[in-house]
Amino acid sequence: MSDKKFYRHLIREKFCKGCNICVAYCPKKVLELRDGKVFAARPDDCIGCLMCELRCPDFAIEVKPRDAAQAPSPDDHVVDLQVPPEAHHA
Amino acid sequence: MPKTVKLMQGNEACTVGALAAGLEFYAGYPITPSTEIAELCAEELPKVGGSFIQMEDEIASAAAIIGASLTGKKAMTATSGPGFSLMQELLGYASLCEVPVVFVNVQRVGPSTGMPTSPAQGDVMQARWGTHGDHPVVVLSPGNVKECFELTVRAFNLSERYRVPAVVLMDEVIGHMREKVELPDASELVIENRPAPKSRVGYKPYEADVDGGVPPMAPFGEGYRWHVTGLFHDETGFPSNKPEVADRLMRRLAAKIDRHETEIRDYVTESLDDCEVAVVSFGSSAMSALSAVRKARAAGVKAGMLRLRTIWPFPHDEVLELSKRVKAIVVPEMNLGQVALEVERASRCSAKVVRVSKVNGELFRPEEIFTAIMEAAK
Amino acid sequence: MSETLSYFRQDRLPHIWCPGCGHGTITGALIRAIDRLGLDKNKLILVSGIGCSSRAVGYLDFDTLHTAHGRALAFATGLKVARPDLKVIVMTGDGDCTAIGGNHFIHAARRNIDITTIVMNNNIYGMTSGQYSPMTPKGMLATTAPYGNSERDFDLAELAKAAGATYVARGTSFHVPMLIDLLEQALQNKGFSVVEALSQCPTYMGRKNKIGSAVDMLEWIKGRTVNAKAAAALPPEKVQGKLLIGELHRSSQPEYCDEYLKATAKVRRAWKNIDGGLRGCEQNSD
Repeated sequence: MSDKKFYRHLIREKFCKGCNICVAYCPKKVLELRDGKVFAARPDDCIGCLMCELRCPDFAIEVKPRDAAQAPSPDDHVVDLQVPPEAHHA
Repeated sequence: MPKTVKLMQGNEACTVGALAAGLEFYAGYPITPSTEIAELCAEELPKVGGSFIQMEDEIASAAAIIGASLTGKKAMTATSGPGFSLMQELLGYASLCEVPVVFVNVQRVGPSTGMPTSPAQGDVMQARWGTHGDHPVVVLSPGNVKECFELTVRAFNLSERYRVPAVVLMDEVIGHMREKVELPDASELVIENRPAPKSRVGYKPYEADVDGGVPPMAPFGEGYRWHVTGLFHDETGFPSNKPEVADRLMRRLAAKIDRHETEIRDYVTESLDDCEVAVVSFGSSAMSALSAVRKARAAGVKAGMLRLRTIWPFPHDEVLELSKRVKAIVVPEMNLGQVALEVERASRCSAKVVRVSKVNGELFRPEEIFTAIMEAAK
Repeated sequence: MSETLSYFRQDRLPHIWCPGCGHGTITGALIRAIDRLGLDKNKLILVSGIGCSSRAVGYLDFDTLHTAHGRALAFATGLKVARPDLKVIVMTGDGDCTAIGGNHFIHAARRNIDITTIVMNNNIYGMTSGQYSPMTPKGMLATTAPYGNSERDFDLAELAKAAGATYVARGTSFHVPMLIDLLEQALQNKGFSVVEALSQCPTYMGRKNKIGSAVDMLEWIKGRTVNAKAAAALPPEKVQGKLLIGELHRSSQPEYCDEYLKATAKVRRAWKNIDGGLRGCEQNSD
């Protein structure tokens, strides 16, 4: 199992609407909802199939490879990448 | 340079005017009595690098010309009453989204199928208020074949200058009759184009720099990547239903016309200064009215005529001034009194307004208007 | 993903769609197909009508046109004929496209004009909160079909094929990798391409018909579909009543704008400039 790959899950909590699609369809049960927002409960089990990212209706989760040594950082859950604060919309 | 003198049909003069104004796209649907415009555009547009398409209905035609105009090209459709009714929602869309387009309505007797080959002027109010909601629009009314050319050019210029839909309101007689026409040379024409943005950076498609000003308009497909929506929107073009944004948008749109009424208004007069009975008329009725006015003058009654070449915006001030110094205003129309309503409103009851209505599909005979003038002069 | 997010007007997000609505997933699939093909953002126009699905274009960083209900394809036709060099994509919904927009749909297909149409089919009018549409399966419930929908629904693929579309496919918001491939194929077809994408509407379709959550609806969608390629090998009863997904029709026919330019080639002259003026064209008034 030496060539096992590891992944981290960048989550835009502002976008996530807690619809549970990613949690339900993750083949390795990596994800869970916590007060209505997704988070990676068992990131090491992730096999990088990207089903969560592809099926997410809100572009709220993104899977990135990480090397084994680098543990997933807790603030992966509030990564907003270059997204500015709450967007104004009608 | 010898002038181009031709025997020309109204519908043809309208088309040639559109081409002179820079028409590059026509979408339409066949309907009497405007079909000649479509046929001529089908033939002429490719010669000038433009395109013609016959769409599946009038709604599609109105949609297609707005789509084409968004690429920066001048676009037009022509129809008659039934089609014009179908186009109303999208006329409103063009007005709200400030997309320059020209609608030609060659009126026929309505409502409904009506009398397709007979003239009428029953779409005056529809041209102004046909679509839902307050909205800016300009409506021009040619009174002869040459004006079909001139006012179509003007319709494009006004549409481009103010980013508003412009309606050329003709009728079956104006559209089908032929007259000798002296066409101006291309170099004599002033052709206007929509205000262009200064730069892509921070481009705001709906921000006018001055009150009543017209925002710059970028073409699609040139990297501006801007948004157009029929939802109320803010200066950036994105949807907003904030009350202050809605109020600002609605009033800015109206101001584009209200602030420039004097420039847009257009009418011709005939012995109006000393008249005791004035005739307010437009389109083909005005031809009969003119001879009636002259006949009345010959019969010792000081009659005069104000002929509207622009119906909307309506010349309220001029009519008010006129109403204060004449015994009566006679309004001959091929409808039951639509411009007459506006004349009554403008004159604020300071003059008797006499409606002369012809709704049987025939033109006025001058005597019908002459009798009304003589009656009003008593 | 961030490259995908770069196709969005990020200051407009989060979007308006309900939690678990499939429209976001389908929009994401389209973006990934566009990304794969490396299409030029400045030469691509997104046109939409009215309805939940049609709000998609406002979030996407292209020239975008949010038109009137049912009229996206007619607007898009004008755009395409005026600028045949631009890539034109229509994003529409089942009601917008096949009810009020039905006439424009069949004529755009008949012309085989080079427009890619994505029909986000959630089998209901979502924006107006749950009325049945021409794509609501017979018998299902909606606010305007309280006793069960008594109308048959369209087979959009057959309708598109019969009207003349030259690429027709059906995908779903569950089978996302397939949907991306189908969209990629559709975008490359020079002609009228239709991709119907089944989409879950938990808020109205799901609640009204007690199908359940977004996940339950995805299961429902999975259950009512079968892969077109696999269907051939399956016994009839396994395919009976199921919707085929995948590429359903492909043919090559002349494209409308090409044909128009060819037909008018002998008289066509390049436009000197847009300033206008009588271009000396001969008026054939006789």
